[in-house]
This record gives sequence, structure tokens and C-alpha cells, in this order.
Amino acid sequence: MSDPLLSVRGLCKRFGAIVATDNLHLDVARGEMHALIGPNGAGKTTLIGQLTGEIRPNDGTIHFDGSDITALSVDARARLGLARSFQISSVFDTFTAEGNVALSVQARQTHSFKFWTPAASIARLRQPARRKLSAVGLAGRDGTVAADLAHGEHRQLELAMALATEPRMLLLDEPMAGLGIHESKAMTALLQSLKSQFTILLIEHDMDVVFSLADLISVLVGGRIIASGTPDEIRANADVRYAYLGEDSEEFLATEGGHASH
Amino acid sequence: MSHHTRIIFYLALIALAACVPALGDVFYTRLATQIAIYGMVAMSVDLLVGYTGLLTFGQAGFFGIGAYVTGILSTHGLHSAFLVWPAAILVTMLVALVIGALALRTRGFQFIMVTLAFAQMIYYFWLSQRSLGGENGFSIPKRNVVFGFLNMEDHTTFYYVVLVLLVLVAIFSLRLVNSQFGMVIRGIRDNERRVFAIGFPAFRYKLAMFCIAGGIAGLAGALMANHTSHVGTDMMSWQQSGNFLAMVILGSSGTLIGPILGAAVFTVFQQVVSDMSSHWLFYFGLLIVLRILLFKGSLFRFLSAAVPAGQETTAGGGVLIDAPRPAGLETE
Amino acid sequence: MSFQLVVEQLFNGIQLGMMLFLMAVGVTLVFGIMRVINLAHGSMFMLGGYFLAEASTHTHWTVLAFLEATVAIGLIGVVVELVVLRPLYGRSHLDQVLATFGLTLMFNEAVTMIWGREPLFLNVPDALDGSITILPGVQYPIYRLAITAFSIVIGGLLYLLINHTRVGALIRAGSDKREIVQALGVNIGLLYTLVFALGAILAAFAGMLMGPLLSVESGIGDPVLIMTLVVVVIGGMGSIRGALAGALIVGVFDTLSRVLLPMLFGGDASAALVGMAVYILMAAVLLVSRQGIFGAARG
Repeated sequence: MSDPLLSVRGLCKRFGAIVATDNLHLDVARGEMHALIGPNGAGKTTLIGQLTGEIRPNDGTIHFDGSDITALSVDARARLGLARSFQISSVFDTFTAEGNVALSVQARQTHSFKFWTPAASIARLRQPARRKLSAVGLAGRDGTVAADLAHGEHRQLELAMALATEPRMLLLDEPMAGLGIHESKAMTALLQSLKSQFTILLIEHDMDVVFSLADLISVLVGGRIIASGTPDEIRANADVRYAYLGEDSEEFLATEGGHASH
Repeated sequence: MSHHTRIIFYLALIALAACVPALGDVFYTRLATQIAIYGMVAMSVDLLVGYTGLLTFGQAGFFGIGAYVTGILSTHGLHSAFLVWPAAILVTMLVALVIGALALRTRGFQFIMVTLAFAQMIYYFWLSQRSLGGENGFSIPKRNVVFGFLNMEDHTTFYYVVLVLLVLVAIFSLRLVNSQFGMVIRGIRDNERRVFAIGFPAFRYKLAMFCIAGGIAGLAGALMANHTSHVGTDMMSWQQSGNFLAMVILGSSGTLIGPILGAAVFTVFQQVVSDMSSHWLFYFGLLIVLRILLFKGSLFRFLSAAVPAGQETTAGGGVLIDAPRPAGLETE
Repeated sequence: MSFQLVVEQLFNGIQLGMMLFLMAVGVTLVFGIMRVINLAHGSMFMLGGYFLAEASTHTHWTVLAFLEATVAIGLIGVVVELVVLRPLYGRSHLDQVLATFGLTLMFNEAVTMIWGREPLFLNVPDALDGSITILPGVQYPIYRLAITAFSIVIGGLLYLLINHTRVGALIRAGSDKREIVQALGVNIGLLYTLVFALGAILAAFAGMLMGPLLSVESGIGDPVLIMTLVVVVIGGMGSIRGALAGALIVGVFDTLSRVLLPMLFGGDASAALVGMAVYILMAAVLLVSRQGIFGAARG
């Protein structure tokens, strides 16, 4: 059994009197699709911030592929292969879809201090970009300026940009957010196809997706992981059900006994 | 506007500019020279403001350093443009490196204030140099020499030299903003948080651009010193920095060529209005205020510098408010 | 270096600091609450001097002239906020900076159009003329003490306003939670206008108080504005405590450096350093803390 790709130990983050992350432990095994769920206010945003490097923890360590990345900057972690997608689409508005992804491809280079050749003419950047756009279902939208894309297309672009950095692990922050029925189906299929290729930490509210795709589910409540296990184990876990009472308990209970209705 | 139409437009502008001496009166040639030099500085400001999202209120400082380096070398008997102009650029870029390393630690409003403050520091430094004439500055006996056969004292010849340099800088800048470096820069302008997230250490790219823009302003300063045969602290007043920003917005930010037109508007406006009233600055201030209040977007959208393959466009017109900064571990 | 000199310069530094504090409050409040950069703030300083000078020609009573000038500035502040600043809320920094820069140009020229290019002179009020002995062997101008005291009083009133009144609570809330304040049914526009007018009046006070010490002429507010910006960078944007701390630090540092540096170095070097001293201080603060001393970690 190989060591986990991502390993979080004793992570703590306090904002004044508020403890957002409370001695949190988390392991994501290689090749695993690990979902992180939890009620609102559980501290997901803070946790993601600490995993990506935007927030500095007060305590604890984060190891990625054996190395301690706790003190590394956002961009250093990305270069190590930890890619993220944003919950609220965060793209380059004045760039085309292809330009967005091409810039992500470009980030893999040692440096971009190249001042003369037009970036748009470099096949080495554009072709992988087009391939990634195709893979997420945006083929044909290459030349559209990002600001003109529909919301669902933004979510796809988000994913394409994360993929283009050739990551070892994907940190996906609510990729299903704001998608309609058809778009959700397409995104679910996409996530399914990614499952075999990448280690994924998936933060989601959509329980259908979580329970149908995840190998392992961890439940975040009050800044700590209260339960971690297979979908069946989590479904049966009393603590988890308690945590969701008053939240989306109906939705949660509906997923019991097999896959949820579509 | 397609790529080819744009090329034709630029060529037309160049041709128009080249015809100015044909008007006969050296007054117009000198006016056009000033426009070209200011246009060069305005372009450098646009590189920062319109393409990187860095609102600098201190470019006049670099403009002034270029001028003073030229002047000082001149007083030491060094007149070759091949020595003086690169020296002006180099010194300016070094200063920009130091100032940028500090200023780029700040964002938004702070950055504006810090660049303004550092430019003031430069201003006060030169002001205090009594051996260099303090506020009044000093005169330069002769212009820098490019080639022996070119009489730089002749205003028409000098104008063409300046024009050639302007075109070269413009070509360099246009290539720059469409290059891989330029993509990172524009990414920073659009969404700096995302630039970090895909793996770019944004700071060094901003710093590089800050130095490049500074160097261009330094070259323009050297040319201005030659143009007026004089060097003085009014070249680097904070009002001058404001004027450069005004040129950018009068010509539309994020277009590179627009600011050159903005420099033309500024210069012509100054000439025409100061003939009519000694309070031309009042009307200039009014012009700026009206431009901003009445026109929300870009006046010259069609000038947006697009990539040759036509695949990307810049929105131009107004700098986006800075993206939220990752409150974390940037090590630079 | 005599004891007298040190004490004198220290008091001068504090006095300068308090003037800068009056200026800085306006800048930091306007940015903190309305998120607007206002470069025309220096013009309010200048107009304060001009209006006081003008009002003084109509009346012998200094206090009355003071009040008239204050009202006039308040009106100008209201008009500027409504006409120029309001359309700028939410627009880019570039638009705001340039529009207020344009305003500064207009004000600088407008005063010469009305009052001519010759500087005006304000006199120290008779009652405050002369010096008193503040410490054994140390004389100090009464006027400078008076304006320092006055600005401390203003500072105290400001503290009471911000922390102990309903309006103050709205101001504090408005800087963090604009939407909530609006949802409470408060006329946010009126609040903004009041805040801006308050800032303008404070700047004008500084101009009026400094009038007799500096001259009253076009552009006099510009170096003061820039110094104020340095104060806000050092003290931290959005914090009145920061404005006070930054202002006192800058005031004392600038004043002392002007006296000490020529003693330590000579000639051109000291002249250069004196002009640059405050900016070097700012650079040093930036090296240590990007947000300034009390700065909040926001954009």
C-alpha cells in the first residue's frame, strides 16, 4: 500500500476567536477520488485555502507526494502538480477559451520570459489547449472570448485550465455549482472519465455525484473531519446523519440504499 | 479590426507623421517631436496600466532620470547616442528594479501612492542637487550624435530619429504584449489570483514589466533632454506623471497606440488653449474630468493590439480593479 | 545641538503631525468607506487657506471668518461629492485617480483666476501672537501650540463621533458592510456626502491653521497631499488609529531629519537626504509590513 499523495496532519486555523480548522487530519490515496462533504460553515473554504497555499495555517502540516508543502506558495504548489479549480469561475476574461487554457499550458514551462514570438502562434501551447478544451466538451468554443461564455461553459473552462497544467492531483471546488440538468450530466460524465487518470479531492454539495463517483468520502463539520469512509459507510454513519439534520437531510436520506434518482 | 486593416492604419499614421516637416514651419516639426517623445512615455505607462493592471503615478520619475543621465554625461563631454541613450535606459531600469521590488509589494491604492511617493523622492533628489541647477536645471550644449553624417541640431533630422525610435519601441511593445511574457502579464491584469493558481510566480513578471516600462520612459527622457537641450526638475513633477496618465486615458488604455494619440491630444490642446488663456491647465483638468465622466469605456477600441492570428483581443479602456490578493504565502 | 533646539523641533514635529492627521483622516475615511481615491484632497487644504483669507477681509472676528470659510468648504465638498465623485463609485482606480487629478488642476488654476497668482498672507490672530516659555529656557510660539491643541481637540471629537454616535457607527459599518447599511434603510448617499464633506472640512482646517505659517498660494496643497499619502501608507489604509500613528511618525521624523541631517552630513548630500528622508522611511516600513502599521489586509 503506497503512501498517500496528499497528507494533512493536525491542521489548525484560527481567525481571532473563531476556529475554522480544528486539528484536521486527511489522507488522499494515489488514484483515489476522495470527496469532501459537509454542511455550510463547516470550514471548507478555509481548508481549501490552506491546501492551495492562499491561507497560512496556524498549526499542522501538509505533505504532498512525500514533501512538506506547508510553507510553499500558491504557485509553487501548482508547479508541483497540485491543481485546483475554483468554485466561482475564475478565468481570464479578455482571453479566448483557448487562450485561457494555453496560458495554463504555458505555466508548465520553466519560465515565460519570452518577449518576441506571438504566443498564439506557438503550436506547442495551442494544440494541448485545444485538446483539453475538447476533452471537457468545449470543442468549437476555442475562439470565444471567456467573458462571452455561458456559466456552464465557464465551469468546463475552469476544469480545462486545471487539467492543462498536467497535474498529479486535482482539487475540484464544487465543479457542479450552478449547473443545469444537462450540464450536470455532462460534468458528471467528465468527472467519471477523469477518475481513472488523476487523484482527485472533490469538494461538492451535490450528493448524487458524490455518492456515485467517490471512492472515499470525508465529512467536514466544524473544522474537523468527523467521519471518513466508503459511500456505504458514510451513509450508515449516525454522526454524519446528525450533522446533516436540519441541513439537506431529505436529500441525504434519499441517497440511502443505492444510487440516487437522477 | 482585422490584423491587416490595423497594419495599414499604423502605416498611415507613420506616413502622416513623416510628412509633418513638409508643412514647412519648423514649429510643427518641433511640436511633432514633442508628441512623439510624450507618446513614447505614454506607451510605457500603458504597458503598466493597460496591460499589467498596475496603476503607476510615478513614471515621470523615470522620464526625469533618463533626462538627467543624458545631461550629466553631456557635461562630462560624452555625446555619442550609442553610449548615452543605453546608459539612460540602463540606469533607469536599475532604479526601476529597486523601486519596483518595494512598490510591487503593495496593491491597488497603495501601489498608486507608493509610486507617486517614490517619484517625489526622485524629484527631491534632483531638486537638491545645487550643482545641477536645482529647480532650474541646466542646459545641454549640444545634442547627442547618432551617426557622424546626421546633423542632430537640425530639428527635422532629430525628429526623424525620434520617429524611428518611436516606431521601434512601438513594434517592440506590440510584440511584447502578444508574446508569452505578455500573456502572463495580461493574465495578471485580468485575474492575478488565477495566475498564481496555475503556477506562475507573478511578482517577477510584474517587476520585469515595471523595469521595461521604466527603461522606455528613460529613453524618452533622454530624447526630451535632447529636444529641449535642457534638463530640469519640472520634467519629473507629479503633475507630469498625472499628465502621462491623462494621455493614456485620452487615447484609451490597453491599446498602446491610443496613448500616442493621447499625447497628440495633450500637446495640441496645450498649444491651442494656452494661446487663448493663461489658465490652460484649468481647461485641461476640465477635459480630463469630462472625458472620464462622460465616456465610460474605451474611445479607440478598434486600436486594441490583437495577436496576429486574430485569436485574442484586449478589452482596452479602463483598468480593472485589482483582483483579490491571495492572503498567503507568496514567497517573493 | 541644544536642548532648546531639540524640544522646539519635537514640538514642531508634533504640530506637523497633527496637521497631517487632519488631512489623513479625510483620505482614509473616504477610501475606507467609499473605496474612492481622492487626489483633490490637497485642494481642500489650499481652499481652506484661501477662503479664510477671503473671509478675513470681510470681518475682523477671526472665529467668524473661520466659520464662514468652514461653511464654504463644506458646500464645496458636497458639490464635489455629488457631481464628480458619485459617478466614480465602483469605477476603476484609473478613472478615479485621473478625475480627481483633473479636479486638482482645475482648483489650482481656479484660485489664480479668482485671486491672482500672488500668494495671499494670513496673519496670526493677535491673541495668539508671540511666544511663551514652555520649559525652562525654551520659548515656543503660542500659535503653534494653539493649533496643535486645536487639532488634538478635533481628534478627540472625531473619536467621539466615530465611536460613540449613531452616525459614527454607520460610518464604521459603511466601511465594512455597505449592503447591510443600505438594507437598514439608511440613505447611503447622504452618508457618503457627509463623510466626504467632513474629510474636506478637516483638510481645510489644516489649511486654515497652517495659513499663517506657510503662504496661501496655488498648489500649496499638493506637497501636503503627497505627504498625507505617505502617512496613510505608513499608518495603514482605512484606520484612523493608523492615520494618527503615521501622521505623528512622519511629522516628527520629517521635522527632525531636516534639522539633524545637515548636522551629520554636509552640502548636497544632506539636502538630498532631507527631501528623501520621509520616502526612505516609507520604503523601510513597506519592507517590514506591506499594509502599514495598522493596515487592514484588504485591497
